[in-house]
Amino acid sequence: MTRAGWTGTAIFAVLTLIALAVISRATYTADLSAFLPRTPTARERLLVDELRTGLASRVVMVAVEGGEAVQRAQVAAALARALRADPSFAAVSDGDTGGFEQTAAFLAAHRYLLSDAVTPGRFTVAGLHEAIGDTLALLTTPEGLAAKPLFTRDPTGETLHILEALGERSLPTVNGVWASRDGPRALLIAQTRAGGSDTDGQERACAALERAFAAAAGALPAATPPLTLRMSGPGVFAVMARRLIRDSVIRLSGLGSLLIAALLLAAYRSVPALLLTFVPVASGALAGIAAVALGFGTVHGITLGFGVTLIGEAVDYSIYLFIQSAESLGAPPPASTAGWRHSVWPTIRLGTLTSVCGFAALVPSGFQGLAQLGCYSIAGLIAAALVTRWLLPEWRPATLRTRDLTDPGTRLWRMLAMLRPARAALALIALAAALVLFGHRATLLSRELTDLSPIPQAEQQLDASLRADVGAPDARYLVVASAPDVDAALAAARAVADRLAPLVAEGVIRGFETPTRYLPDAATQRARQSSLPAPAELASRLKSALEGLPVSVVRLAPFVHDVEQARTASPVTPADFAGTPLGAALDALLENAGSAATAYVPVTAAGGGDLAPAALERLRAAVAAATPAARLLDLKAEADALYTHYLRQAVSLSLAGLAALCLALAVFLSPLRALRVVTPLALAVLTVAAALAAAGERLGILHIVGMLLTVAVGSNYALFFDRLAQRGHAGVARTLASLAIANLATVTGFGVLAFSSVPVLAALGRSVAPGALLAFLYSAWLARLEAPPASAAPRPLPAA
Amino acid sequence: MSAARAPRGAWALLLALAGPLAAAAGSDPLDALMQRLAARRHGHVTFNEVQYLAVLDRPLESSGELLFEAPDRLEKRILKPRHETLVLAHGVLSATRGQHTRSVDLAAWPQIAPLLESIRATLCGDRAALERIFSVQLEGDAARWTLRLVPRDPDAARAVSAVLITGAGADLTTVEILAADGDRSLLTIGPELP
Repeated sequence: MTRAGWTGTAIFAVLTLIALAVISRATYTADLSAFLPRTPTARERLLVDELRTGLASRVVMVAVEGGEAVQRAQVAAALARALRADPSFAAVSDGDTGGFEQTAAFLAAHRYLLSDAVTPGRFTVAGLHEAIGDTLALLTTPEGLAAKPLFTRDPTGETLHILEALGERSLPTVNGVWASRDGPRALLIAQTRAGGSDTDGQERACAALERAFAAAAGALPAATPPLTLRMSGPGVFAVMARRLIRDSVIRLSGLGSLLIAALLLAAYRSVPALLLTFVPVASGALAGIAAVALGFGTVHGITLGFGVTLIGEAVDYSIYLFIQSAESLGAPPPASTAGWRHSVWPTIRLGTLTSVCGFAALVPSGFQGLAQLGCYSIAGLIAAALVTRWLLPEWRPATLRTRDLTDPGTRLWRMLAMLRPARAALALIALAAALVLFGHRATLLSRELTDLSPIPQAEQQLDASLRADVGAPDARYLVVASAPDVDAALAAARAVADRLAPLVAEGVIRGFETPTRYLPDAATQRARQSSLPAPAELASRLKSALEGLPVSVVRLAPFVHDVEQARTASPVTPADFAGTPLGAALDALLENAGSAATAYVPVTAAGGGDLAPAALERLRAAVAAATPAARLLDLKAEADALYTHYLRQAVSLSLAGLAALCLALAVFLSPLRALRVVTPLALAVLTVAAALAAAGERLGILHIVGMLLTVAVGSNYALFFDRLAQRGHAGVARTLASLAIANLATVTGFGVLAFSSVPVLAALGRSVAPGALLAFLYSAWLARLEAPPASAAPRPLPAA
Repeated sequence: MSAARAPRGAWALLLALAGPLAAAAGSDPLDALMQRLAARRHGHVTFNEVQYLAVLDRPLESSGELLFEAPDRLEKRILKPRHETLVLAHGVLSATRGQHTRSVDLAAWPQIAPLLESIRATLCGDRAALERIFSVQLEGDAARWTLRLVPRDPDAARAVSAVLITGAGADLTTVEILAADGDRSLLTIGPELP
């Protein structure tokens, strides 16, 4: 190794250590929020906050299946007890009525402030007569059993009225726990403390759930079919997505590397050359992840997945080095290296440069995902190229010999030369592709954010079915009321609820949930207090009201006393709810961040699914008319709009990247040569897009990125063909062989990716693998390659 | 003497055999009653109910109709003092007043369960269900019988100390519920409606 080699190695070692340190300290995430804007508008911020940490993001729906109903109920109840004691969970609801008496006692204590039946009319003589008559009628029914002990304190039935209003949403219970209406499941709903985007926190919560279930199920005799735990929710999805991406990346990059290694071993017939080939790849991946970690703070799982793709690209550089440098002809390595640096390196350098220009267009993207991909690729490619140029030749042992690929190269040359006359066929391919794309123009692009989700269809169906079971709003329509303090937020929620109630009556929406069902704002409570008469007045009204009823004023003395106490009590606050079963329900709908408070009013569409456009318009108008503090979020539509925006940006940035790449080529070569380099690449992209569209695939972000990558990788081939056209025959056969091997390596790396269960990785693989192959073929087809001279004819194979 | 002893032994043998034989033939009065009740698959009668509550000065009266379909649908239509319909079906109690219907799973309400299950299981002649919830005692004869049902579940017993059902033949006459706090209610069943 030369002195320069030692210096280079030292710098490489230091940089590698730094990169490793950065990578080990970085945080990794896998939720969809990384695909959201970096600098959102106020509305987008609301959306992002909702998706990341909001109420809906923290819900875990849990189902116990298998066994007998009794066993499911026992396990669910034990699970709920364990989770209530677990600090990972803020609340757990399972339909357990054990807290019922506590709830009833709490509501009874505050009934005149919490009951919406408390109006001035209720306490007139006629109002009292009717209300007490109603309660007496209730006493004749089985339910009256619960009302009887309270009768003398609460003859107007306020406690039951509140319980009834709160219980409207309640689920059917079987053996004391919630059960699905149709399927044999016991259900509970848990709310994690960690936000939905805190994937580590969510993973801990999922693990706690699984442990608690194993303990609960293990305590019972074995059930048939065995009891199983099913979970769903945004946090569960994030954990699952991260696991899927991680597994997929590890498995596929391992498989891809193995296949490429086999290919290269066959090509080189040299293990040291094979090992050295992977040095630029690994360096590129390290540099890429470290650059993203430094630039963004958080590395998205998908970016790591993208690392796999670098194998396909960076491996090309060393292939060009080992196959094209002349050592295999017998010249000593130093001389061959110098020749390689002179003849081959400029082409690689130009290829890297143009690729970097292309990816640079992604970096300023407003979307984390795209920007990370751009940053990762640039750092990775530069690192790989530098290592190939400065270190590999130095590290190559003097004795290293790779197989001479001149003969297969010559055969390839002959075949390609035969293709050349049929060039006109390319025009037909281009035309056919353009027609297919035009025919599919309406369904060409994917428009839904969930298309990016790696969650399998079966899990998404489970989620939908659990949501239907528990009657949880699918959190698609959410009214968010923000205010400086809790009471103002409650007042805003009340204003919204007042406007929504008529929509429910009309059937425009099925229903809504509001924190004011549990806790009215202070003004409402004061209004209720003012409708309560003073003791003497109440007693005299009661005397008239009780005429004809089988009860006397004397018996109702506790009622008069309680009303007087309520009349002068201070308003109920969220603090009063702390520790009661209702506290969890209230917490879920009311968030107090100290300096600001937020009330949530989730709205359920009639039929449970999506709102018709007209209904959505009326809902929007109702919310707008209620209070300026409230906004209606259609989470799915907002997320999809964001995604469409994102996709449009990906398309325009990719086009900008393509333009930058063309410009770079035009500057370094000539406009005409640049055109010749770009034409086969554009044709390759066009063909792949048409093939994907014809196969019924909708093009998403990663397809677009894949096409940019196709152009970046393909530009190397095109540039080499361009160089061959400029320089005549010297080394044509070996160059062709190296290109073919490099192309096979790329196609293998991405081809493996195409089989991933993670849609984004599969999309990348499905667009780049065929794209790279076509870029090579089209470049060769269009290259001005003369037929090989007779002297270059393959030598006869030595006799065996 | 030995000849006189032999028939005595034969009597003992006969008695030992006759016990199970008699039971199988339906001579156990509770089984016999249950079989008679089970023969009726549906019914539609009027009722009148008087409830004596300590908190009230006068008893509460209500009336309406009872409908029964074997094995597990029981409907109580209260027409006075105001309309309310209670339906017990498949272990779920639904109460409808005006526009509102509420449903309660009886398993979650051990206090309420005996009030309804006593009538349903008796009408069905479902001895097993009755004995699962109550300790059952039968008095009287087929022409005039009284079932005395005492809840087994401690939660239920805290609310209801006993249910007394009287009847004549295959017809129920009264259902009296004695609450643990001393209150009681008496449901009198009227004639079958057409």
